[in-house]
Amino acid sequence: MHILVCIKQVPDTKIIKVNPKTNTLDRSSAPAILNPYDAHAVEEAVRLRKIYGGKVTVLSMGPPQARNAIRKCVEIGADEGILISDRRFAGADTLATSYALFKAVEKIQKTDGVDLILCGKHAIDGDTGQTGPGVARRLGIPPLTCVIRVEDVDVENRTLKVHRKVEEGYEVIASTLPSLLTVEKEINEVSWAPLPNMIRAARYEPSVWNVDDLDDVDIKQLGLKGSPTIVGKMWPPEKSKGAKMISGDPADQTVAVMKIFMKEQELFTKAGRKN
Amino acid sequence: MGDRFDVIVVGAGPAGTSCAYTAAKSGLNVLLIERGEYPGSKNVMGGILYRKQMEEIIPEFWKEAPLERPVVEQRFWFMDRESMVTSSYKGLEWGREPYNNFTVLRAKFDQWFASKAVEQGALLINETVVTECIVEDGRVVGVRTDRPDGDVYADVVVLADGVNSLLGKSLGFHKEWKPDEVALTVMEVMNLPKKTINERFNVEDNQGVSIEIFGDSTQGLLGTAFLYTNKDSLNIGVGTTLSGMIKKKLKPYHLLEYVKTHPMVKPYLEGGETAEYLAHLIPEGGYKSVPRLVGDGVVIVGDAAQFVNAIHREGSNMAMSSGKMAAEAIVRAKEIGDFTERTLDHYRKELYRSFVGKDLKKYKDVTHTFEDHPQYMADYIPMLNKAANKFFTVDGSPKKQKQSDIIKGFTKDKGKITVARDLIRAWKVMK
Amino acid sequence: MRVNIDDYRGVWVFMEQKEGQLLDVGLELLAAGQDLARKLEVDVCGVLLGDGVKPLTNQIFEAGADKVYVIDDPILKFYRTETYMKAVGDLVRKYKPEIFLYGATSNGKDLASAVATDVLCGLTADTTLMDVNVEKRLFEASRPAFGGNIMATILCKKHRPQMATVRPKVIKRLPPEPGRTGEVVEEVITLKEEDLKTKVLEIVKSSKKAVNLEEADIIVAAGKGVKDAKGFAMVAELAEAMNATLGASRDVVEAGLCGHERQVGQTGATVTPKVYVAVGISGAIQHLVGMQNAELIVAINSDREAPIFQAAHYGIEADAFTVVPMLTEAFRKELSREPAGEETEETEGVTSRG
Ligand SMILES: Cc1cc2nc3c(=O)[nH]c(=O)nc-3n(C[C@H](O)[C@H](O)[C@H](O)COP(=O)(O)OP(=O)(O)OC[C@H]3O[C@@H](n4cnc5c(N)ncnc54)[C@H](O)[C@@H]3O)c2cc1C
Ligand SMILES: Cc1cc2nc3c(=O)[nH]c(=O)nc-3n(C[C@H](O)[C@H](O)[C@H](O)COP(=O)(O)OP(=O)(O)OC[C@H]3O[C@@H](n4cnc5c(N)ncnc54)[C@H](O)[C@@H]3O)c2cc1C
Ligand SMILES: Nc1ncnc2c1ncn2[C@@H]1O[C@H](COP(=O)(O)O)[C@@H](O)[C@H]1O
Repeated sequence: MHILVCIKQVPDTKIIKVNPKTNTLDRSSAPAILNPYDAHAVEEAVRLRKIYGGKVTVLSMGPPQARNAIRKCVEIGADEGILISDRRFAGADTLATSYALFKAVEKIQKTDGVDLILCGKHAIDGDTGQTGPGVARRLGIPPLTCVIRVEDVDVENRTLKVHRKVEEGYEVIASTLPSLLTVEKEINEVSWAPLPNMIRAARYEPSVWNVDDLDDVDIKQLGLKGSPTIVGKMWPPEKSKGAKMISGDPADQTVAVMKIFMKEQELFTKAGRKN
Repeated sequence: MGDRFDVIVVGAGPAGTSCAYTAAKSGLNVLLIERGEYPGSKNVMGGILYRKQMEEIIPEFWKEAPLERPVVEQRFWFMDRESMVTSSYKGLEWGREPYNNFTVLRAKFDQWFASKAVEQGALLINETVVTECIVEDGRVVGVRTDRPDGDVYADVVVLADGVNSLLGKSLGFHKEWKPDEVALTVMEVMNLPKKTINERFNVEDNQGVSIEIFGDSTQGLLGTAFLYTNKDSLNIGVGTTLSGMIKKKLKPYHLLEYVKTHPMVKPYLEGGETAEYLAHLIPEGGYKSVPRLVGDGVVIVGDAAQFVNAIHREGSNMAMSSGKMAAEAIVRAKEIGDFTERTLDHYRKELYRSFVGKDLKKYKDVTHTFEDHPQYMADYIPMLNKAANKFFTVDGSPKKQKQSDIIKGFTKDKGKITVARDLIRAWKVMK
Repeated sequence: MRVNIDDYRGVWVFMEQKEGQLLDVGLELLAAGQDLARKLEVDVCGVLLGDGVKPLTNQIFEAGADKVYVIDDPILKFYRTETYMKAVGDLVRKYKPEIFLYGATSNGKDLASAVATDVLCGLTADTTLMDVNVEKRLFEASRPAFGGNIMATILCKKHRPQMATVRPKVIKRLPPEPGRTGEVVEEVITLKEEDLKTKVLEIVKSSKKAVNLEEADIIVAAGKGVKDAKGFAMVAELAEAMNATLGASRDVVEAGLCGHERQVGQTGATVTPKVYVAVGISGAIQHLVGMQNAELIVAINSDREAPIFQAAHYGIEADAFTVVPMLTEAFRKELSREPAGEETEETEGVTSRG
């Protein structure tokens, strides 16, 4: 079984700073990391390969530094990595990203065949979760989002079953191979990579493709040009005035805050607890 | 048995990376193992990088390395509770090529430096802890890591694992450091706008200041505090020997708080936001504490070998030089095809011939002397301040009278003989 | 694909339903849709898909829709991307709305992404603010990006429809207008079950009482400041006394004090309760994006500088270990509820539950 995992390198949003003058992100302030959800996708692919055999390839679109994110996937156990990198991809929104990834998948399919595609639930920078379903639609294969479990992959009859997380619990869905899955963090724990993987990853050079390496590409659908959405303006989220501090010793504070709470007394008495 | 390397270097600090860089550049197959998320992520340093030794590894590194500011002014403060005597040198030539030294943030610098070693062909592995050396027939043949399938083998293992060097200890190269062989240093990186720093320290964008603070900064303990300017942050820290802290029952952060709120220091930090808080040991045992450096298939470099000049706060430079010399010895051993202690001992010999050995030897008694004689910190700096106060206070008494009062003041509490003896002792250890 | 944008008129809202029940988020979005539609002088329309769902149209009109597009077919009984994308895509191609809003639920996001690729238009995820430039008929969808560190307005100038997903509870519902009606437009779907690749075999509702932070009116959340299981139990007790749902910061979840289902924030639940009490939570941006829209935020923290005090309405600078038990006590008295269960130990209020 050949499993393809789409992965993205993202700035660590925990550390990123916003330049207060230009309201743009100071990308240099945050280290680039493998999108945490994608690590789970790779882990899942490696887990499935252990059961069903085959190969795991990761695919990423991004600048040359994204090679490091691919290496991280090799640490987790991916066999191969492909980076599509080209100025002409730059400025892509999810629609244009899904087009570029789709073209790369087509090319991989030609030589290797692809049985399953995994994506993260969303990328922590753009935070949209739209890329995966977009790729699936373009490939004409079923997208299964919010997956928390994969079971019963039947490579021969080309079927699988997954659990999709929904608000009220989960759905069990039967689908066909190939399908595209976007995975939640609950799906697995990313394991502690063995040393040989680490060494292999440190040495690993992913293949890098540019636009010309892909077949029949409609340049107009790529990058900024191919992106229907544009960012109008950016601004830092409004800082509130800050809390009114309740002073006094803890007993005073308790009394004071109870007064505030008790303005809504019914709210607390009505049996509205949902846990 | 999986991969095999010519050299495994444990620790991607200045020592380890220099070694890996030099060895890889000579064509050896090098594995550099770092426990942090990336090189520098856990490393602590006041922040002065010396140009000379770095340049011996990467010529003209300043054109590319992530440096903060070249230091153009070095100040010394001898502080009392409410006063200080200062001396300083400012030289604008230090702000030009080839520079003297630089302030750096290790998290950035180490990462860059390691990437240069990778460019030379070294393999860098992060987030991996070496738990022990693999020893066969008394020879170190590889290392064991905390990862699954975590053993890896090499002709030589270089221990560059920093001041605690658990690995050196487990090989029996040295014992647990005694509390007077290590200083505990705590520091903060405080963000402050570039413009404010320039105004406050009287420098321009590409000029930095280093301030070494003696006296009341350590509440009379042996040690110093420091204040360095980065591009848009300050490094403020203080360190004293562990033994001193234990004796005085001081908590490191109390000491740092004390320095930060000291009336002489506080105005410089006004408005700064703490970005990082770090604590780290510095090996300050000096010459007498240097452990065994070489064994069969293993050498030990940098802080792990106690190569720090406590007086001049030099450490990273000694680390780099020792790493480089170790690599050169290993390259030579590779040529001969012999990795026994006898061949690798070349490293030890070269090291003692170099400034590292010479400086360590020169100051070999300093720490111990000052540790044994707390009066230098506790008494003489306040005296100096009193003297200056007397001399410069315009109160109508003639200068000549003042001078003789000062001398009397110096010797009154202790007696002339004690003071003279202290001076001679200080001269002897420092000369 | 360039489209003639003048062909596109009207504001649509996807009315997600489950087992014949409309989700709140769709009804909320009708309020936003109505606002946009009034400005643009067009209709706001609901899009309703399912099996036997026609009776729901009344509720949709009462919540503010002028028109409802319905496809009622057994094949649409459960949400499946395949069928829903086809149905919605066909509607869009036929009736050409200019703006199309979806709830940012599991299914809503899935559907919107697929439709956007199907009809090749722009899609803005997790929108929190909406407006429209009437003159250019340009939809301005604003959303937090980069973990909430910045807000960005996303525009889509040359493609239609302009689509967005919106998180539940970001918009306030309009009060229903009983008796309000509108036009029902019925359409059919041409897919056959045999041709489909996916099948919903089963829907498993969480057996243990599902933690539903998103829907909770009162949340008491514990942060790393509660230190350990004992501290966490103390906060759990306050939640109990307040009739609240228990939440947590990521660090608490990662410390293993409770399950991920209780996590509030960027990688957990986005919540909009009426009351949110944060105990020992520093207020990292990733946490704040998940709870800053709560109506009343009270923070208890021993560090006056903690950023949570920026986001909170009321702040209590105090040691949680002193204040929380007092609050628990006060609530019990106020709501005159005895400590629940007999296993409660009196000492320091540690219970075996939690
Ligand atoms: C507060 C402070 C201020 C200082 N100021 C200066 C100054 O201004 N100028 C100066 O030149 N020197 C200064 N020094 C000294 C200087 O920091 C050190 O001498 C220098 O960093 C030593 O380099 P090293 O490579 O030997 O060790 P380190 O820099 O400590 O590097 C050791 C590396 O090994 C890694 N490691 C350790 N154990 C393992 C393991 N088991 N497996 C894998 N990896 C491991 C560590 O993560 C680390 O990256 C200062 C020190 C301190 C603490
Ligand atoms: C990609 C990414 C996604 C993330 N997603 C989320 C997310 O979804 N949700 C989330 O919560 N976090 C998330 N985080 C983590 C987030 O950045 C913070 O690390 C986390 O929220 C901190 O949790 P905390 O406030 O409980 O702990 P801390 O930051 O450790 O804060 C503890 C607080 O308790 C206070 N305190 C200590 N003792 C007491 C006492 N006795 N009484 C009262 N107060 C006390 C302290 O002053 C401090 O403010 C994410 C991070 C990343 C990188
Ligand atoms: N540039 C990219 N290269 C490869 N995969 C991507 C890229 N962008 C997004 N993805 C995949 O799509 C998922 C969702 O991303 P997003 O739609 O940006 O939230 C990610 O978790 C990845 O699996």
